[in-house]
Amino acid sequence: MTTVDARGYSCPEPVIMLRKAMMKKDAAYTVLVDNAASKENVTRYAEHEGYTVSAREANGEYTLTLKQ
Amino acid sequence: MEPDVKLTKLASCAGCGAKVGAGTLVKMLDGFRTHTDPRLIVGYDKSDDASVYMVSDDTAIVQTTDFFPPIVDDPFLYGQIAATNALSDVYAMGGEPKLALNIMCLADSMDDKIVREILRGGYDKAYEAGAIITGGHTIHGAEPIYGLAVTGFVHPKRVLTNSGARPGDVLILTKPLGVGILTTAAKADLVKPETMNAIYKQMATLNKTARDIMLRFTVHSCTDVTGFSLMGHSFEMAQGSGMSLHIDSLSVPFHMEALEFADMGFIPAGAYRNRTYVEKGILKKCEIPRALEDIFFDPQTSGGLLIAVAEKDAKDCLAALQAEIPNAAQIGYVTELHENYLILE
Repeated sequence: MTTVDARGYSCPEPVIMLRKAMMKKDAAYTVLVDNAASKENVTRYAEHEGYTVSAREANGEYTLTLKQ
Repeated sequence: MEPDVKLTKLASCAGCGAKVGAGTLVKMLDGFRTHTDPRLIVGYDKSDDASVYMVSDDTAIVQTTDFFPPIVDDPFLYGQIAATNALSDVYAMGGEPKLALNIMCLADSMDDKIVREILRGGYDKAYEAGAIITGGHTIHGAEPIYGLAVTGFVHPKRVLTNSGARPGDVLILTKPLGVGILTTAAKADLVKPETMNAIYKQMATLNKTARDIMLRFTVHSCTDVTGFSLMGHSFEMAQGSGMSLHIDSLSVPFHMEALEFADMGFIPAGAYRNRTYVEKGILKKCEIPRALEDIFFDPQTSGGLLIAVAEKDAKDCLAALQAEIPNAAQIGYVTELHENYLILE
């Protein structure tokens, strides 16, 4: 499980950070973002790469769990 | 020559993607005291591209401003695109730009050569448009900004607002969509150079030709498609006109590469703001792939004109436009308001 903390970054940075982390081809990732657009974009990228995504929101921050 | 400073790295938002959402702006201006003036032909109330004030029976002035952070690293090209985008609002009103003022913000890391190149790009496009830059205002700040305040002229009876569409009008769009998504994906170095060169050229192309051609026909309404996306600007035209705009989803021109980048999540935050703003005004009559929908909400920098032309002139107008602007396409039609403002077919 790799964690990508993209809080404080706006688009497209979180997707670029995840893309770099995915070079490792881990089976699961946790991605932290703090805005809705990044949540959507990270979800799209993860699905495009064949992961299923579940999201949790707390205090405006999103925790995305990606599984292959 | 590639400059040492990457201009786009100095900006947190790209081009018109930096635009504050339409819904936010409406709320901020709510309740202010304003003068009324019968000579003000177009003011803020209809969310139009520029304001228009009648000076005499045959002359009205058109006023607008537009500026944004760097959308491209080449400073000359950035200047050209920012100026093209600012001048476009005058064309969208059917007007002719005549005077312009530079609006500029310099970040500390920009040297004189870069600043000069940005300004040279602006002057280049102003010259092409037949407008004169007579001055401006420059400040220091955290992020670079460039654009123009533009004054143009139009005959008061030939003003093209975004609220004049009539039933039967045919809708024509003059530039393909996808610019926001592609410039976002370009930040990850994913877009082919030839694609980027094509969209840079497109963004630096004045809407002057489109404006000159459309004025030969009976056009009822016009706007330029920029930060609020095709959906946002179409919605404003529909709402302003009190009509329904029917968009034929399969006819809308866009850059093919943008589809895959939308699927990969390279979507500017502005596209989500646009969706939130306009979603309730849309009725979908068919299944539209999510990535294509993203393109419809994609903020465009220096986008094309959306023209509502009378049905009787539509064929000739489209042919005349396509002879000069091959990407111009018929994308829909206008009916009396029924069901909702935007109907995606």
